[in-house]
Amino acid sequence: MPKAPGWLAVKNSFFNWDILVKTFPKLLSAFIVDLKIFLWSAPLIFVLSLCIALARNTRRPALFPLRLFGALYTDVLRSVPVILLVYLIGFGVPGLGLPRPYNSPYIWGTVALVLVYSAYVAEVIRAGIESVHSSQSSAARSLGLSQSDTMRYVVLPQAFRTQIPALMNFVIALLKDVALLSFIGPIEILRQANVYKSLMANFTPYVGAAIIFLCVTIPITRYADYLLARQRNERTT
Amino acid sequence: MKSKLQLKSVSKSFGTVVVIDNLSLDVATGELVCLIGASGSGKSTLLRCINLLEPIDGGEIWLDDFDIAEPSLDPDPIRRRIGLVFQSFNLFPHLNVMANITLAPRRVLGTGVAEAQAHAMELLERFGLADKAKAYPDHLSGGQQQRVAIVRTLAMQPELLLLDEITSALDPELVGEVLDVVRALKDSQMTMLLATHEMAFAREVADRVCFLDEGRLVESGLPSEVFTAPREKRTREFLARVLS
Repeated sequence: MPKAPGWLAVKNSFFNWDILVKTFPKLLSAFIVDLKIFLWSAPLIFVLSLCIALARNTRRPALFPLRLFGALYTDVLRSVPVILLVYLIGFGVPGLGLPRPYNSPYIWGTVALVLVYSAYVAEVIRAGIESVHSSQSSAARSLGLSQSDTMRYVVLPQAFRTQIPALMNFVIALLKDVALLSFIGPIEILRQANVYKSLMANFTPYVGAAIIFLCVTIPITRYADYLLARQRNERTT
Repeated sequence: MKSKLQLKSVSKSFGTVVVIDNLSLDVATGELVCLIGASGSGKSTLLRCINLLEPIDGGEIWLDDFDIAEPSLDPDPIRRRIGLVFQSFNLFPHLNVMANITLAPRRVLGTGVAEAQAHAMELLERFGLADKAKAYPDHLSGGQQQRVAIVRTLAMQPELLLLDEITSALDPELVGEVLDVVRALKDSQMTMLLATHEMAFAREVADRVCFLDEGRLVESGLPSEVFTAPREKRTREFLARVLS
């Protein structure tokens, strides 16, 4: 590679040590914004996706509209590129001219992420619910447990257990997709790197941002794999 | 003696397949009735219907003085009075033995934790499982799992116990310990309806034996009558097949 004709230029504009050292602290503090957005969207996604999964799982004829809504929700939101929804909601809703704290791109960017991710996570939870054998519900119901208690104490704990690895994948994906909000305003890490790139006419800040992401996501990935392996062992012993 | 359970002309179909056909049966308080019959004769479905896990298509199911098959009734308060033990145990794998047993008393009866655990411990001791209270179902033998499943049902203090081929999924050497539990329950006057393939056991413990074939109650009587001098041709054929 060092023999490639453009190597020196690339080295200078992507792997410039001085620029990396200079920009790294600011990138790191911008990453805190990513973490914050991640931390408040994750619980919202959890709650919303659980509601949608339960809605799609209802069997009662009277609740058919709920079921239909759940199906439509997951179908529509999984079919639109995330970035498109971030644009549409992130620019569109503040455009309504809402009063100050409510026109923030932080809020509406987060809403876009929550909506899309809930659709995916709802499908994972639903698959988990369906993987719990019906004899478990029969046993719970035969003891007199209500339908909601059966779901809460018997079915859902088992559903989540089987889906932990899949859910961890979405945790990682969400953490990275927070960077998509850079397109609508918040000065998070990608946006900060972009600012430095323009300022210094150098791409090294991007590499710095990539390093920061790797430092966080690789441990999570390893942990997810560890959980997966442990689960496999439990099943076989 | 007064009837605990009365089935009156119960019918149940799955699609076009008739699983239970106009079946009537009485179980007196404290009585142990054994249901025998080939696989697919409707024994399990009948027990699931009595526990209201399956709605029936016709007939009445009386528990004491109420028709519990009435569709307008809320099934939950009725189910808690009837215990059902399954062939495949169906313990909750994510909960330990103690939590398996105390879940329903706590959630359904509103029993306090300490009281529910004390009662569970009492039952576990009675059936020689006290040292397994903290174990998870996966770490128990089949026989132990089935005994825990029975204890879990007993913790709800059911008035009627339905046992659905509870030894069919067990290795032969583990069958005895589970049948001992049933013997102990019979001694304590528990009203039981037991579907079984264990003919020797049915003959030993049953107050009455009912032979089911294609969803119909073909013959019922004392074990000594049904096993030694069956009146019906189909009963004779079935017994010849399973006892040979």
